[in-house]
Amino acid sequence: MLEEALRATLPDAVLTRDRYGAELVLHAPRERLLPIMGILRDHPSLAFDQCMDICGMDWPERPERFEVVYNLLSVALNHRLRVIVTATEMTPVPSVTGLWPSATWFERETWDMYGVSFEGLSDQRRILTDYGFEGHPLRKDFPLTGHVEVRYDATLKDVVYEPVKLTQDFRSFDFTSPWEAMTTLPGDEKVHLNRLPPPPPPAEEVKP
Amino acid sequence: MSELAWNREALPPGAEQDAVIKGITGEIDDKGFVVANLDKIVNWARTGSLWPMTFGLACCAVPMIHAYMARYDLDRFGIIPRGSPRQSDVMIVAGTLTNKMAPALRKVYDQMSEPRWVISMGSCANGGGYYHYSYSVVRGCDRIVPVDVYVPGCPPTAEGLVYGIMQLQKKIRRTGTILRG
Repeated sequence: MLEEALRATLPDAVLTRDRYGAELVLHAPRERLLPIMGILRDHPSLAFDQCMDICGMDWPERPERFEVVYNLLSVALNHRLRVIVTATEMTPVPSVTGLWPSATWFERETWDMYGVSFEGLSDQRRILTDYGFEGHPLRKDFPLTGHVEVRYDATLKDVVYEPVKLTQDFRSFDFTSPWEAMTTLPGDEKVHLNRLPPPPPPAEEVKP
Repeated sequence: MSELAWNREALPPGAEQDAVIKGITGEIDDKGFVVANLDKIVNWARTGSLWPMTFGLACCAVPMIHAYMARYDLDRFGIIPRGSPRQSDVMIVAGTLTNKMAPALRKVYDQMSEPRWVISMGSCANGGGYYHYSYSVVRGCDRIVPVDVYVPGCPPTAEGLVYGIMQLQKKIRRTGTILRG
């Protein structure tokens, strides 16, 4: 099994499971990320030959506010692993593009959305947001509507950027109201039978 | 000639059919002409060959493709999708217009030759829709290009788009002019 193979090859690795207990998570220290990832890719009993995705998380209340999450897949052995490292704005994460070339765009996206920089990434540019965009939109302190909006200016004959002026206010939903809190529609009562049970409370607090 | 020999019997090719054709040849020489308003003819031609610039930006492109395909078959309206703005009469903005795409959309619109029209398809193109409060989405493509017809829906059905195109044809028939706009 994957967990035994991990404990045999990486004896000091911090392993947890997700809230349902189904998915294995490895918490890697940032400075040892590259050796651990190399073992995960090359060890025959692990053989994670694909890096499916890299994404970020923002926890503003933590001392190291960002997490970078790697989702690995072994096609040969048909198992998956999630690797998590923490970072801040000032501490770059070692780039895994030398191990999985597909990680280039994922790391660029993580940089774009969270502002986590990657050491050794040859092409650290924004990938999704607008040219000249300022800020990192998936950070919790980034406002939903951003700072600029675009409009065509007929006199300048060009698309211009302006500070956001919302013509329609945000809607605030009142869930205690009998009109907006109707979660069971008439004739749709069976929808609740198909819902998953709430997950059990987290088994252990993660101490990376 | 006193009486025309009409080809009522669906004659096969041969001497009899040749006689019928010879009988009506010259019947409309020097007297046939049609009287019509030139602008009506121009509008008829324009409504019958609305070539759209396919601007499928997001999921709304799928019902737009449905409308082109065999069941609704916009080809029978003379609507043939073009890949070049210089050959297009109408731009169907189908999907979410982002800030990054907005200058490109305007550039494509500017490259279209007059007369030109714009159909805004779906909630996102009409007013931002689901992404109205997003940091990266234009709150309606009418901030970038002038829109003639708004097709509501998320996404609109293919019938909805066909109806919107027919509304545009109606608008062209009512307001179209051969003057340069």
